[in-house]
Amino acid sequence: MEKSHKPKVETTGHVWDGDLAEYNNPLPTWWVWAFYATVVFAVVYWFLYPAWPVGKGFTTGLLQEEVKVNGQTVSSHWNTRVAYLADMQEGREAQSKFYNQLNGMSLEQISANPELMGFVRSAGKTLFGDNCAACHRAGGQGNPGVAPALVDDDWLYGGSLEKIQETITSGRHGFMPAFGPALRPEQISALAEYELSLSGHSKDARLAQAGEALFHSNEVGCFGCHGVAGKGNQMIGAPNLTDNIWVWAKVDPKLKSPSRETLEAIITNGLNRGVMPSWEGRLSPDQIKILALYVHQLGGGQ
Amino acid sequence: MATEHPLVFHDPRQRVYPRSVKGTFRSIKHGILLLAYTVFFLLPYVRWDRGPNFPDQAILFDLPHRAFYIFGLTMWPQEVIWLAIFLLFAAVLLFFVTGIAGRVFCGYFCFQTLWTDLYMTIERWVEGDRTARMRLDKEPWSFRKLRLKFEKHALWIGVAFLTGVSFAAYFTDAFDLWRDFFLLQAAPAAYITTLILTATTYTMAGLMREQVCTSFCPYGRFQSVMFDENTKIVAYDVARGEGSQGRAKPKKGTGPEERKAAGHGDCIDCGLCVQVCPTGIDIRNGLQYQCISCGLCIDACNNVMDSVKLPKGLISYTSEKELRNEKVNHWTPKTLGYAAVLLAVAVWFAFSMANRSTLVVDVQQERQPLYVQLSDGRIQNKYEIKVTNKQGQAASYAIDVLGLPQAEVQISPNPLQVGAGRALGTTVYIKVPPASLKESKTHFNFRIKQQGSGESARYETDFYAPEEMVGGDDDDEG
Repeated sequence: MEKSHKPKVETTGHVWDGDLAEYNNPLPTWWVWAFYATVVFAVVYWFLYPAWPVGKGFTTGLLQEEVKVNGQTVSSHWNTRVAYLADMQEGREAQSKFYNQLNGMSLEQISANPELMGFVRSAGKTLFGDNCAACHRAGGQGNPGVAPALVDDDWLYGGSLEKIQETITSGRHGFMPAFGPALRPEQISALAEYELSLSGHSKDARLAQAGEALFHSNEVGCFGCHGVAGKGNQMIGAPNLTDNIWVWAKVDPKLKSPSRETLEAIITNGLNRGVMPSWEGRLSPDQIKILALYVHQLGGGQ
Repeated sequence: MATEHPLVFHDPRQRVYPRSVKGTFRSIKHGILLLAYTVFFLLPYVRWDRGPNFPDQAILFDLPHRAFYIFGLTMWPQEVIWLAIFLLFAAVLLFFVTGIAGRVFCGYFCFQTLWTDLYMTIERWVEGDRTARMRLDKEPWSFRKLRLKFEKHALWIGVAFLTGVSFAAYFTDAFDLWRDFFLLQAAPAAYITTLILTATTYTMAGLMREQVCTSFCPYGRFQSVMFDENTKIVAYDVARGEGSQGRAKPKKGTGPEERKAAGHGDCIDCGLCVQVCPTGIDIRNGLQYQCISCGLCIDACNNVMDSVKLPKGLISYTSEKELRNEKVNHWTPKTLGYAAVLLAVAVWFAFSMANRSTLVVDVQQERQPLYVQLSDGRIQNKYEIKVTNKQGQAASYAIDVLGLPQAEVQISPNPLQVGAGRALGTTVYIKVPPASLKESKTHFNFRIKQQGSGESARYETDFYAPEEMVGGDDDDEG
């Protein structure tokens, strides 16, 4: 046989066809030890955590976790749900020092304290995202036809801290009757045109003039809610018609105001959409406090 | 034939039993050791008054509160660039020093060398010097051997533990740490740090020793690119040591003259230079990557030369050029380049320190929505300004807006009172009539001015308005 230039390696001792031998190259020692370590890890894990199914149950593991559920301390074997509850509890405890401070303070006192306002801004963002953003959108920019914007300076029911707190606590229900059955279509057109003229968007001065008369007439009586000058009434949530902020009518990007047809539809059908639910009972008074302060600072407040 | 040998991936370690030695370099090493340990172990207990609200530990890396306290200097996260500059400086300094003086860092200042030296000293106290240790290791197990081994490892682990706790003490109050540590009230990070440092110190300085230098350390491997003929190295004078007939052990009754006549060099082949070497190499084989330039072989050889009445310096700190009797030139383009970089980094560092600001301003613009139209037709943008006061006392900061004509700025409260070492945010609303704007995006500056000191910072940001409203809406209206 020719002299082999290969290094000699231990063989398993099996030989086929006279000269085919199987090399025995054991795994590196570090690899073997790492493997043993994983075995040890697994055994320790079985003891500590829920692991093996046994009949209808399972081995629960030795780790215990204590959490407060509805004021009562509950001890359980470790599982992801309890770990989650414990995590949440830790979070609440970390927040409680701020909540405790807020508890005895008035809205004005809190808003004058920059440190507490820092907490209000971060906690309020989460509360707002969880409870308010569905209608008012994440930044409070509102959704025409669904919910008013909270970032501008136009407030349907008032933008003071107390009014905002009252709105969140008790909810609001805006209502405008349908004038379709009572008025002729050209009267509705005239009113819509007058409404456009209030914010400087009228194209037909003659029609607007007719609308102005209707607006102030006792038969139609728009001024009863929207005021003689059309400036609205925060007592009943009647919007200001003289500014460029449109709550219920979508703005036509070409006209930079709602189209007359949009306004006619609102006058014809009335509005029963301005429903803000009451959050009393769903949120704690402290949470409502935070939200009132948060909403107040969204647009700079009043 | 060599190829017939079994495949060997790794030479099993030949245990090194360094012999103790006395001499100049050993004394220098002792001095540096003492200084380094004094600084490392005692520094956390040094106090430094920074006034109320601040820790009084002279050196404290306060990770939870994100501040590094180094005597009179307080470093905030914004200044972490200094750490980068410092590390850059240290790296270039290392290259510079290595280019001129060789691996003096390895031999005298490296933690691995320092702690290995301490561990060897302990070993010598317990088990005796080289021959006694070699004998002990060959002996069968006995009660005495068991006791000595136990004592040694217990002391080693003790030193490792002290090292671990002392390290952790740089990150928290040192006195509190000792109390809390044993009351089991210290932070988990303190226990983890101590555990890791104890384990690594014991393993690296006690068990691995020179293997760290020869097998793990990258610095030892790239030293060759920093060395040249001018670099100081520990070297054996081959011409003098070997003579024409090689080295020889001294024979009785023969003096230096007879040796010279027989053509033998001055090396008497006593082997002491090998025995004292902490990495176990024979310096007479020339410069090797394992050599950490500690100079202990120089001490050993000089002692022997003294005793055989030959001149010292058969092994010495020298350079390849000196060995060839050429003139050494340390200021080669390479070292000059290092020196230039060192100088540049030092200037940068000094400039950065001199221009440090005690005020940090961060502005975040509300982007949801980017702008709001108000009922009077003006456009409002909202900003969140965060002011960090890095000073040791509270200060108030006035905020105003530059470069936005006709802007109404609403800030409450203004000025903003920020506590010592605190950061505070406030909301700013800016209202601008769109007709006064030229672009939908207008650059402007917030100016934040500390009242009293007059230190101020500017933050450039943008005011956004809808495209169709800016510049006076006269084209399609009316």
